[in-house]
Amino acid sequence: MKDAINIYVEQESGERIELEAPLDMNLSVMEVLKANEFPVQAVCGGMAICATCHVEVLESGPLPEMNDDEAYMLETLPHATDSSRLSCQLRVNPELDGLVVRIMPEA
Amino acid sequence: MSKITTDLCIVGAGPVGLFAVFEAGLLKMRCHVVDALPAVGGQLSEIYPKKPIYDIPGFPEVLAGDLIKNLEQQIAPFHPTFTLGERVEDLEKLEDGSFIVRTVDGTEIACKVVVIAGGLGSFEPRKPAIENLEKFEKHGVEYMVRDPEHFRDKRVVLAGGGDSALDWAIYLAGLCKELTLVHRGTTFRGAPESAAKVLSMAEEGQIKLILKSNVSEVHGENELEAVTVMVDNTTPHRIETDYFIPLFGLVPKLGPIENWGLELDKNAIVVDTEAYSTNVPGVYAIGDINTYPGKLKLILCGFHEAALMAQSAYNIVYPDKKFVLKYTTVNGIQELQ
Ligand SMILES: Cc1cc2nc3c(=O)[nH]c(=O)nc-3n(C[C@H](O)[C@H](O)[C@H](O)COP(=O)(O)OP(=O)(O)OC[C@H]3O[C@@H](n4cnc5c(N)ncnc54)[C@H](O)[C@@H]3O)c2cc1C
Ligand code: FES
Repeated sequence: MKDAINIYVEQESGERIELEAPLDMNLSVMEVLKANEFPVQAVCGGMAICATCHVEVLESGPLPEMNDDEAYMLETLPHATDSSRLSCQLRVNPELDGLVVRIMPEA
Repeated sequence: MSKITTDLCIVGAGPVGLFAVFEAGLLKMRCHVVDALPAVGGQLSEIYPKKPIYDIPGFPEVLAGDLIKNLEQQIAPFHPTFTLGERVEDLEKLEDGSFIVRTVDGTEIACKVVVIAGGLGSFEPRKPAIENLEKFEKHGVEYMVRDPEHFRDKRVVLAGGGDSALDWAIYLAGLCKELTLVHRGTTFRGAPESAAKVLSMAEEGQIKLILKSNVSEVHGENELEAVTVMVDNTTPHRIETDYFIPLFGLVPKLGPIENWGLELDKNAIVVDTEAYSTNVPGVYAIGDINTYPGKLKLILCGFHEAALMAQSAYNIVYPDKKFVLKYTTVNGIQELQ
């Protein structure tokens, strides 16, 4: 089995930056983005209460279902779309391989 | 426009800014505290008031909101003064080494020392992406309800689905001529009692509730006259209104702190750990806003930084007195008159 998957971040220019996300560290996508110095504030540290880790999923396989906290938070955000997720609630697992996200501008 | 004179101007009323008042007060220095938010407490009041905190010495467990209440009580003997709901925009250093701190609303604070306890930056409203929205700010578009009386007998459209949207919908419905709540979802986050109350008020016709919808346009000449609500993302519906209040929570922004000539590293102010002083003499930075090797973003660490800052600031406020460290148990807490 592979010990890491690839995640892509689409820039405004359309360029996709490839990131390697290890599978054995129980990281969230938010933590992977932060570790790669993307401008994600993640103020609440992954508790689904700040929405400063909001991403739009552009391509993916099946994603884990949203829990209530995430669903409610996204529902109240002005910029959310049908493909929005809180990156702190997406755990890195083999099914996320090839995930493409766009970091949403907040406010 | 008001003018205030003090010893220390503290930018940020989070836990660290509040505790700095205590440490300064023990050394007989007066403080004025400014915060962009209308209430004190920083992240603890804004993000997690009901969460327990376990790592404050002497408190096996304390709710964030209660810790802030206790800090307010602890600093009360020193009579700090506050400017709340105003963001600090700029710092000016005068020739004699003192400072003028200015807020967005033109309040000026003359002080000998500036203490930046700005945390993650000032909390700003999360604004929906609506063309021309900014043109109507203060002309019908508001992001906070400061004084509900302002909306008496007016038509108001609120947008949002969180606690503050629900609470204000309930409160303002009794005051306004007409209250419409627009929410992009179908369910409500926030206290279940408030959600139930809004639904029952909508059934009784006291609130107009439009679900699965967004405000997409604002209209008017100089003052706001109407908004367009996109119902189900497809059908535009125009509502004549005096006010539009989007309530989508707050996001911290470093904002003006970037422009104060301070040395920054990744959005944090670089400090010397001897006294948490910055590259500008007389300006200190404590709490989450600063950075140094080994920095931990914890309330406890901010408290420690406040204590060391105060000892150093004392030499600026009282250049001719020699500072002698005394424990609070020696003198007790002597109020500043
Ligand atoms: C969910 C969560 C849980 C946490 N749990 C803990 C815990 O258990 N223990 C712990 O020690 N820490 C915890 N923390 C971290 C802790 O909250 C921070 O370390 C602490 O709030 C820092 O305090 P502060 O006073 O430096 O800044 P803040 O609390 O961020 O306050 C800064 C204030 O400055 C104001 N401000 C900024 N710029 C300006 C300006 N230009 N003009 C006017 N006002 C301005 C802001 O509006 C804000 O109110 C937690 C954080 C979060 C998000
Ligand atoms: S980090 Fe706060 S919601 Fe994800």
